[in-house]
Amino acid sequence: MEKEKILIKGGRVIDPGNKIDDILDILIADSKISKVSKSIKPEGARVLDATGKIIIPGLVDMHVHLREPGREDKETIYTATRAALHGGVTTVLAMPNTDPAIDSLGSVEILKTAISKSAQAKVFICAAITTGRKGRELVDMAMLKREGVVAFSDDGSSVDSNEIMLAALRSAKKAGLPIICHSEDKALSNSGVVNLGFTSTRLGLKGISNESEYKRVARDLDLAAQSEAAVHIAHVSCKESVGVIARAKKTGLRVTCETAPHYFTFSEAAVLGYDTNFKMNPPLRSQEDVEAIKEGLASGIIDVIASDHAPHTENEKEIEFERAEFGVVGLDTELAAAVTALVDTGLLDWSGLAEKMSLNPARILGIDKGSLGAGKDADIAIIEPGQKWQVSKDLLLSKSKNSSFIGKNLNGVVAYTIYRGVVHQWSS
Amino acid sequence: MIWNKKDLLGLEELTKEELELILSTASSFKEVSSREIKKVPALRGRTVVNLFYEPSTRTRVSFEVAAKRLSADVINIAAETSSVKKGETLIDTGKNIEALKADIIVMRHNSSGAAAMLARHLNISVVNAGDGWHEHPTQALLDIFTLKEKRGDIEGLNVSIVGDIAHSRVARSNIWGLIKLGARVTVCAPKLLIPAEIEAMGVSVTDNIDEALSRADAVDVLRMQFERDVELAFPKQLEYFKAFGITPERLSKAKKGILVMHPGPINRGIEISSEVADGLNSVILEQVTNGIAVRMAVLFLVDQARDGKRENTD
Repeated sequence: MEKEKILIKGGRVIDPGNKIDDILDILIADSKISKVSKSIKPEGARVLDATGKIIIPGLVDMHVHLREPGREDKETIYTATRAALHGGVTTVLAMPNTDPAIDSLGSVEILKTAISKSAQAKVFICAAITTGRKGRELVDMAMLKREGVVAFSDDGSSVDSNEIMLAALRSAKKAGLPIICHSEDKALSNSGVVNLGFTSTRLGLKGISNESEYKRVARDLDLAAQSEAAVHIAHVSCKESVGVIARAKKTGLRVTCETAPHYFTFSEAAVLGYDTNFKMNPPLRSQEDVEAIKEGLASGIIDVIASDHAPHTENEKEIEFERAEFGVVGLDTELAAAVTALVDTGLLDWSGLAEKMSLNPARILGIDKGSLGAGKDADIAIIEPGQKWQVSKDLLLSKSKNSSFIGKNLNGVVAYTIYRGVVHQWSS
Repeated sequence: MIWNKKDLLGLEELTKEELELILSTASSFKEVSSREIKKVPALRGRTVVNLFYEPSTRTRVSFEVAAKRLSADVINIAAETSSVKKGETLIDTGKNIEALKADIIVMRHNSSGAAAMLARHLNISVVNAGDGWHEHPTQALLDIFTLKEKRGDIEGLNVSIVGDIAHSRVARSNIWGLIKLGARVTVCAPKLLIPAEIEAMGVSVTDNIDEALSRADAVDVLRMQFERDVELAFPKQLEYFKAFGITPERLSKAKKGILVMHPGPINRGIEISSEVADGLNSVILEQVTNGIAVRMAVLFLVDQARDGKRENTD
């Protein structure tokens, strides 16, 4: 099947890495892109008519919780990568907060074996910064790099100690890999569950301040400056964080950052019904913060859109708000969510979207993805831009259904996802 | 005015008209408690389950008396003795109660939003008897009922709420209810016990008790729960009494005839002095009596709303 030649005809090819935005044909052979140009003759290739469709490099989602190993009741590598393909995502970065945490040769081996058995899309591995993500003992970054790890993060936790974080950044710099920061000062967020402000007051729930995020972002950037390491700030949710990162970028720091679709789609108002599908960390913020996130995306301060795909079972979500797990799934819906909130509103053009969801994350991770050039892996998303759909649980391929977007109308349907030359058709 | 809500979860979501309907329904039920035979058949054949996940005597007893005066059967479930300890989820517990063909669950829960979640999953009525720091609607309704009885109208009244506003569901329900009915509300507490952006609820904020009392027609004194996390914010109980306690001296500088309310149970000498609690301005025991009428009204109305729906769907 992988040997089959495929010709994608007549679509609008968006490839920001090669500065292409044009009606072109793409020929795929041997699971690679062999040619991109006008009017390619089929010559025996299977033809996919892409007239009226948008063709972008397959998405690279650099923030995904696969839950395997350890919590296969929430999600497996198979179900998560199926959900990824369904959402136009062909590459994911697996975060290390599994059980066991991905922090050693042994755990990386376990994960790699599981990936080779069941992954339906490309999975890269992010290992922990510290053993067990406990913030105390650094992992052997050089060794893990040799095993194929492409980034380090204690995601879910921040390394509280300045000394250890600085040592981690220096070690990562030496290894030549980025550190992804979950920037949260837990002494300030202090067991909060929703944004601090009128919403937390109305709901009678403990609040999480913007301060608990942006002060830790500032600290992380400070240490990054000292170490000259490459840092990437995960799930930026508030205005002040965007400001702190913008200032650091001006000084020439090697900093990048991401946000997730829920932070530019929903404000804290969505939580008012105590729906736990709007409970995540960091929390949904004020409308002012939502606007700042959108502005940050439009201006380029925010480099990446990633899902922070965080599956949880119904048993862990359909309970009292304070007790419910943080996090929402996002692989199935992230592209359509971004099209709806950013492209259709004119904040980003298609090229900008492809940069933030494919090219930039690939560059940050130093992986050869995110481009449609000849010779590259044939990882492609083909989008029906004008088509609307309503998100429902049964449309999600993720094993868990804890999506903020259930019931919401989105624009843009992924018609086909091509991963390594194999075509997955999602709509006719 | 027709009541069409199967649940009472809070006062935030009620209109002024709905609040007034509860209060006028309570007025007509109040008389029942002074009859020779203190019972009407309004809920005969109905089953009310008091599902209490937090220890409570007065609210539970008040709901039980209210339900019995409406001729309902009442079952009390205390969380300690139920299957909660065996790990059953709240929704499962609720569905089991529904399967017993109960009609109304009155729930007290330590988690904000628990009543809303339960109500979403059940067809039977849910009455919130206090959820976390969120709302305690029937307490506020009985406070407002008492105020209205004493002053005729809520519109234009100045009401001050004093105490741990941050952790108080009584405060939140009172604020929503009083403001919808046209009162001016001031909250007064040490700064750390004022929740974020509470001004957006439409209240004035002060940490000066004399200022809070100066214009007030009524003061609602909250119970200081030093056994909970209040200690962090205010180290000493005596210190609190000195700075915020309601004493005869402080009252003497307030408006004549200021009404003193308290949701109980009272901590004498902590948030209020005994002289004030037992004094002429105090309406604390009348609040308890009115609580029965208000809860009768609420049980009656939510039951009617469910009946209405049943007729529509059958």
